[in-house]
Amino acid sequence: MTNAIFPSKANDRLLMIFFIIVVLAGPIILAPFGAGYPDLLQRFAIFGIFAIGFNILFGLTGYLSFGHAAFLGVGSYSAVWMLKLLSMNVIPAIILGVVISGLFALVIGYVSLRRSGIYFSILTLAFAQMSYNLAYSVFTPITNGETGLQILLDDPRVLDGGTKPGELPLTNLFGIPMNATQKVEFLGMTLQFNFGFYFCAVILILAFYLSLRIFRSPFGLMLRAVKTNQNRLNYTGVNTRPYTLAAFVISGMYAGLAGSLLASMDPLAGAERMQWTASGEVVLMVILGGAGTLLGPVLGAGFIKYFENIFSKINDNVLHSWFAFMPDGLENVMVTLVHPFVGKGWHLTLGLLFMAIVIFLPGGLMEGFNRIWRKITSKRETATSDTSSDAASTPAE
Amino acid sequence: MDAILLQILNGLDKGSAYALIALGLTLIFGTLGVVNFAHGALFMIGAFCAVVLQKILTLQKVVLDNENLTAWGTPSEIKTPYAEIWFGDFGAKLIDYSVPVSILLAIPVMLIVGFTMERGLIKHFYKRPHADQILVTFGLAIVLQEIVKAFFGANPIPQPAPEALRSSVDIGVMLGFAENAIIYPVWRLIYFVFAALIIGAVFAFLQFTTFGMVVRAGMADRETVGLLGINIDRRFTLMFGLAAAVTGVAGVMYTPILPPNYHMGMDFLVLCFVVVVVGGMGSLPGAVAAGFLLGILESFASMNEIKSILPGIDQIIIYLVAVVILLTRPRGLLGRKGVMEE
Repeated sequence: MTNAIFPSKANDRLLMIFFIIVVLAGPIILAPFGAGYPDLLQRFAIFGIFAIGFNILFGLTGYLSFGHAAFLGVGSYSAVWMLKLLSMNVIPAIILGVVISGLFALVIGYVSLRRSGIYFSILTLAFAQMSYNLAYSVFTPITNGETGLQILLDDPRVLDGGTKPGELPLTNLFGIPMNATQKVEFLGMTLQFNFGFYFCAVILILAFYLSLRIFRSPFGLMLRAVKTNQNRLNYTGVNTRPYTLAAFVISGMYAGLAGSLLASMDPLAGAERMQWTASGEVVLMVILGGAGTLLGPVLGAGFIKYFENIFSKINDNVLHSWFAFMPDGLENVMVTLVHPFVGKGWHLTLGLLFMAIVIFLPGGLMEGFNRIWRKITSKRETATSDTSSDAASTPAE
Repeated sequence: MDAILLQILNGLDKGSAYALIALGLTLIFGTLGVVNFAHGALFMIGAFCAVVLQKILTLQKVVLDNENLTAWGTPSEIKTPYAEIWFGDFGAKLIDYSVPVSILLAIPVMLIVGFTMERGLIKHFYKRPHADQILVTFGLAIVLQEIVKAFFGANPIPQPAPEALRSSVDIGVMLGFAENAIIYPVWRLIYFVFAALIIGAVFAFLQFTTFGMVVRAGMADRETVGLLGINIDRRFTLMFGLAAAVTGVAGVMYTPILPPNYHMGMDFLVLCFVVVVVGGMGSLPGAVAAGFLLGILESFASMNEIKSILPGIDQIIIYLVAVVILLTRPRGLLGRKGVMEE
């Protein structure tokens, strides 16, 4: 039997296989769009993890946290410290990053979850801003203030004995460096298969699988109930706090995982990762993709990071080459018209797109896809007229 | 004693800005029930009204003077603003007082911006959840600030206060303290007085006019007022314009204190949301009181004596106060029951 909340196991398996194939084939699929280089691919995967985690809190319980970047920042800082003190192997860095941000989330969540609605948002925002301001000022010995925390040649690194002369400290996984890249020429494109990306991709797939399990579990159902009607739950004698706190800590750990992955790919950590605009960005990602859906957050994260990296690189020369087929006068007019929306002005495009999505597609990109999907399938249904309409909408869920 | 007074005074100008923005924010929230994340952008647009007026007034006529050569051998340029050519001394005064004069420009501009925003966008979001309202206005704020950035660049544009008001006064002497103990810039005093006047005017408008009475009735029970045959929507639209204007002039007058840049709105927005929540959602006196309170606390926390005991306290005091108040007084300082509580 299929319904909206628990689609059949077969559908989930299909979704999972689809996701794994798309993620692993990322370098091939995205190369034609100019996004096939390792740095951006890693960002897609890492922010995908961040957004999946945020969605477990926001999408399921409806609690809108405006301070999630704090956990990302804490994860980054702890990971870089592990890289400095233990070894350049990323495993301890990631473990510590996740644990510390989980503890941090436990403390903040315990306090913030006493309130709901906008008060919860403001509380999380306040905690995140406090961490950000403190990271810049008082905690400079730990965070290295404005310069940001980075690895140095003379770091002690107990496990691998520090950097030998003439050697660069590279983050690695049991000896395979994260920046190892295999370049393949294919149909005139250079495909870059990067070890760091595949490392992140595997973790992304695991994170996605975990979130799928949470969505389908009784625990996930409880969280949805909190979103729908918390009062009613309270009256039936259920204490919702442990559930929401667990969701908060899980999503904080996801953020810490993303943060420590960021540090593992590029061993740097700065306070600006914790600023409220960074928290706002993950909110945008999740809403843009579709809050409460499984694929939506990953899609939104990819979308925003793609815009950030690709749109911001389009300059007037690129525009001229785009409109080169037009007569000269018209070409210049078009370039002047488009100019404010690309390059340095890509935020403008993002803002406009974002407004358009909130106004016309409150369910995010996923709702758009679902609508299109339903249009296609309903036509087919009128032809065959016996398949149930629910089954049609599941693959995109 | 004089040190304490000095800190209170120091907090007043920032507190005034917080109070004015929070007042506008609360007016919008209290009347329309909309959480407006574009409010900081309104403050920024107000500030840029001052920039625009100053740019217009200082449009210059350039005359080449072939008698005097510059060091490079080119004729030196004599630049005179058109305002001075056309109006003489009055024009010069106008340029000098461009910031206060910009209020006259800012009020109509802000009213129009406010009406357009409410009719064009916010109207469609009354029945949507608060999260949607936050998100769409957040998007709008990004768009507005990017537009301003496209026109005026990313750097702060300093706006001088009028020449006569640029000095400082020794308030300590007036109050009987030692000389030079409390020296305070005149413009900041003016800003405080200005803020107090605006706040007073808004409260008087709501309290003593029929229009204000209807608006207050609408805030209490919108449906009943509508059933009485009053077009409450139109009045609320007007209130949105008014709130935008209040925030805009707050921005205009703040320009000599903080040179306007395109992201000043976002910087203030977060703080002002904290202010509104601390004061109590939907409570106008709460917003004003919390604005001043947090401004003053912030300036106390940045005293060296306090910083040496609690390092870093000046960075977090506002948020710390917000956390404590939200956990001990669930509705903020002066909040009413049943606002924003599911």
